[in-house]
Amino acid sequence: MSLFTNILASLYVPLLGAVLIFLCRRFPRIIEIIFVASAAVLLFITFSIFKFGSAIYHQTFELYPLIADIPLAFHVEPLGLVYAAVASSLWLVTTIYAIGYMNANQEKKLARFYMCFCIAMMGVMGIAFAANLLTLFIFYEILTISTYPLVAHKENTEAKNGARTYLGLLLTTSIGFFLVSILWTWQVSHSLDFTIGGILAGKLSDGLMLVLFTLMIVGIGKAGLMPFHRWLPAAMVAPTPVSALLHAVAVVKAGVFCVLKITVYIFGIDLLQSTSANVAIVYLAALTMLLASLVALQQDNLKARLAYSTISQLAYIVLGAALATSASMIGASMHLATHAVGKITLFFCAGAIYTVTKKTSIKDMRGIGYQMPFTMFAYTIAAISIIGLPPMVGSWSKWFLIDGALSSGQIVLAVAFLISTLLNIMYLMPIAINAFINRPASTEPQYQEAPKSLLIPLSMTALLCLLLFFLMPYFYEFFQRIP
Amino acid sequence: MILMHTPALQVIIPLIAAPLCCLLPKSRLAWLFTTLVSFSTFAISVLLVWQVHAVGVIDYEMGNWPAPLGIKYHIDSLSAFILILISAIASITLLGARSIIEQEIPHSKHALFYTAFLLCLTGLLGIVATNDAFNVFVFLEISSLSTYALIAMGRNRKALMAAYEYLIMGTIGATFILIGIGLLYMQTGTLNMFDLHDRMPIIGGFNSVHAGFAFFTVGIFLKLALFPLHQWLPNAYTFAPSAVSVFLAATSTKVALYLLYRVFYTIFGFEFSFSTLHLGAVLLPLSIVAIILSSLIAIFQSDIKRLLAYSSLAQIGYMTLGVSLQTQSGLIASMINLFNHAFIKGALFMCLACIAYSIKTTRFNHMAGIAKTQPWVAAAFVVGGIALIGLPPTAGFISKWYIVLAVLETSWWLAIVVVLTSLLAVIYVWRVVEQMYLREPLDNIRHGTPVPMMLIICTWIMILLSVYFGIDNRFPVRMATMAAEMLMP
Amino acid sequence: MMSLITDLYAYWISVLLMMVGLYIVIDHNNLFKKLIGLNIFQTSVFILFISMGKVDQGTAPILKEGFETFSNPLPHVLILTAIVVSIATTAVGLALVVSINKYYKTINESEIQAIEREEA
Repeated sequence: MSLFTNILASLYVPLLGAVLIFLCRRFPRIIEIIFVASAAVLLFITFSIFKFGSAIYHQTFELYPLIADIPLAFHVEPLGLVYAAVASSLWLVTTIYAIGYMNANQEKKLARFYMCFCIAMMGVMGIAFAANLLTLFIFYEILTISTYPLVAHKENTEAKNGARTYLGLLLTTSIGFFLVSILWTWQVSHSLDFTIGGILAGKLSDGLMLVLFTLMIVGIGKAGLMPFHRWLPAAMVAPTPVSALLHAVAVVKAGVFCVLKITVYIFGIDLLQSTSANVAIVYLAALTMLLASLVALQQDNLKARLAYSTISQLAYIVLGAALATSASMIGASMHLATHAVGKITLFFCAGAIYTVTKKTSIKDMRGIGYQMPFTMFAYTIAAISIIGLPPMVGSWSKWFLIDGALSSGQIVLAVAFLISTLLNIMYLMPIAINAFINRPASTEPQYQEAPKSLLIPLSMTALLCLLLFFLMPYFYEFFQRIP
Repeated sequence: MILMHTPALQVIIPLIAAPLCCLLPKSRLAWLFTTLVSFSTFAISVLLVWQVHAVGVIDYEMGNWPAPLGIKYHIDSLSAFILILISAIASITLLGARSIIEQEIPHSKHALFYTAFLLCLTGLLGIVATNDAFNVFVFLEISSLSTYALIAMGRNRKALMAAYEYLIMGTIGATFILIGIGLLYMQTGTLNMFDLHDRMPIIGGFNSVHAGFAFFTVGIFLKLALFPLHQWLPNAYTFAPSAVSVFLAATSTKVALYLLYRVFYTIFGFEFSFSTLHLGAVLLPLSIVAIILSSLIAIFQSDIKRLLAYSSLAQIGYMTLGVSLQTQSGLIASMINLFNHAFIKGALFMCLACIAYSIKTTRFNHMAGIAKTQPWVAAAFVVGGIALIGLPPTAGFISKWYIVLAVLETSWWLAIVVVLTSLLAVIYVWRVVEQMYLREPLDNIRHGTPVPMMLIICTWIMILLSVYFGIDNRFPVRMATMAAEMLMP
Repeated sequence: MMSLITDLYAYWISVLLMMVGLYIVIDHNNLFKKLIGLNIFQTSVFILFISMGKVDQGTAPILKEGFETFSNPLPHVLILTAIVVSIATTAVGLALVVSINKYYKTINESEIQAIEREEA
């Protein structure tokens, strides 16, 4: 298959999956098979793009001119490949987990759920391979719209309000800031293409460049920068597979991926260094990083704590991108992958705990490690990865991020990273410690381990946290290509 | 042979069909007849677009009397663009509307309903096709009178007062346009639009011409329902029969906007209207107020038809905003907004027609949970709502893109205003979506009448068209660009 | 000053009627009277048009030897059409008023609004 066909197939396969699920919506077993099959085929297609090698990077394929002379166009480049690979592999794992979770919790409306999941994945692939800002924006919005029914799935008042916050914040930032900045970029540089070295060099004064950069990054609401971060905890009303998808695979990673891609290919590292347009975002990201960790400490609901942790971790990536040094860039892109793997495991564990014990509150989870050892062991591995200690893969990205901060002379930021790491330990580890050190109260019923369909995915992702640590040197030169 | 007379046929076919329709005995037959006539006007408008592409402009002299002595029909890219829009909307509406008309209108009046519909169609097509100023007035009144009659046939007795108020205000507006025509005729002795344009530099200084300009402005603004002359529109759209709301919302204000283009760009000329007489200074604040105020009021409506009516007022504000920018890109944006909005609003009103068929009401509180019994209608409303907000991949996004880009060329704070008001659209659209999907269905919904397949199909045709023009917008953009270049050289 | 009025008396009358008509439309509550006001308003426009067509010393347009100056017939043609439009408008308006009377038992606008407000 040619490269172009491959890229288009990665869009058509999830869409086809959604259509097939719609047609077979009365047969629950069949739609589950279609769901997993689409994920598997998508994974195959994505990884077969890798075999083309690096010669095909930045080759643009135009579909047709959508608005005036701006085409709907796709290309392949290292950042996009990282995102696509992470997304498609974790999607396959999530499909298995989702089927197990939805069945175990007897959720309704499965066809709609799986359909929206598939369309969301199409949005993700479109974002990963977009060659200009217009294409990116279109698939970004498709992702927003298709994940709304997922967040509002339970259809009760809580879900309605949570979904309202979710949609409201994401649409406000995307239409209010992102679209305006895209149009401003078009007006100034008459191009929206992602090009090496950026397209904005010399087009605006320093002050205006700062405004444009801030507007654009804040406009990417999916990256969870404060003060537009509220949608993340609000989206916790969704069933856990959705939270896992949102917080590891699709939505948040789409956000930070857009930040990375725009920083590198629209503005360019050199431009940001020379005009200091990144100042506002650097401090906003650092602030988000610390504040979100502090808020996470105070959450008793496990999913809420993980949500704020995600906000904080996303701020790492945005900070790394905004610092615009090559080390911090590498760290940021690595973190996109490592955080995804770690966070999805944490959410899987939270979902498993809820499925078995119906508990959502951390203080109720004393001694649960004795009853669900595999689950909590996976949790511990993932927590260590997020904290950034060897031998888990998270340590690689942490190292590069701190190195990037130090090499650009920002000692304050390096200290901020370290403080945040400390806070990570403080809000993640107690859960694991509480689970294993204390015995469960005698009044607690005897819980079984999580069902296999939940256990296998979370063990696989936990294993990945460990394995990737040793495999990272092979991927390192890949990350280095990101200019 | 037909090709020679297409401009005349465009208007004459529905005109002659109207009294014939009146004589038809059965309601079904009347519907079939009207739908066929409508499709034939669509076919002719397609022919006209094709001819305009080939030839550039088509001039047709009625009775072979040369202009400026006789009445001339002049079809250029702008006219062809609007003609095909109106006939397409009329055809799709009629195709699906038989069941809702049969439900809402007493049986004895069906043939008369279709007669009035055909007259309205004639009037709208005539306004667009003609190049004679007084002819515009005549067709304007034909369409307006039939509209008053159509609105008055609504189920609710408030439709009568709505029609009466519209009659009073509409007649005053049309009479103002007549005064404007009269004042111009007084100074030039001609009624042909191009002739008037040629003579405008000579007479441009006279007070009577300025007064005529003012009368035209007020009359057109009234027909356009631009703030503050918009009072008639919410009542008229809300209480009219559902099929009539669909047709009116998608066409009547669009034709008024066409009239604005013709009068201020073709008759008076761009420099005279905007530089000498500062039309932009009047249009700009009114547009902004229309957009903001109407969007805000729409949020608090308890009847969804009224909500969509106020939303239409806001969208009209966007179209006039494009004009007030005084740039070619602003004009193009205005025309693209016009085209896309016709389909989006038509589609949304058709969803409401389906809902009205099922539960006999369009009140917000009575619609809770309707997605469970009418999933296709609710899904259509969601897609239409997304188009109204302006998200990709719908036509609404294309309209938004063009208008914000045009506004950015002039002032950045105005772009912020436009963008923020789209966010208001999110609020009022999403209220309805939540009500339809995230509530338990009431009893009246569970026992609602099942909606006929044809109505749902036609709703989806319009929805798919509004998505299609979001994906492949070459036709409206090309036509709009050609039209704008012709109007503002 | 006086010549301003005496020379342009046709326009003064037309404008006066226009304002009278508009005032009646706006001020009166009776729906029927509003229609009358509308009619007066439209009539003023007819007078405006026709008065402009009159040429000093002009006769009717007759194609015969001896008749050189004639008044402009075109405004008359236009106004004939406009009169028909006005009649049609009045007819529709009256039909609406009759219907309104049937449903509301009154044709006073404030009373109708009061009835609707009570229902709400």
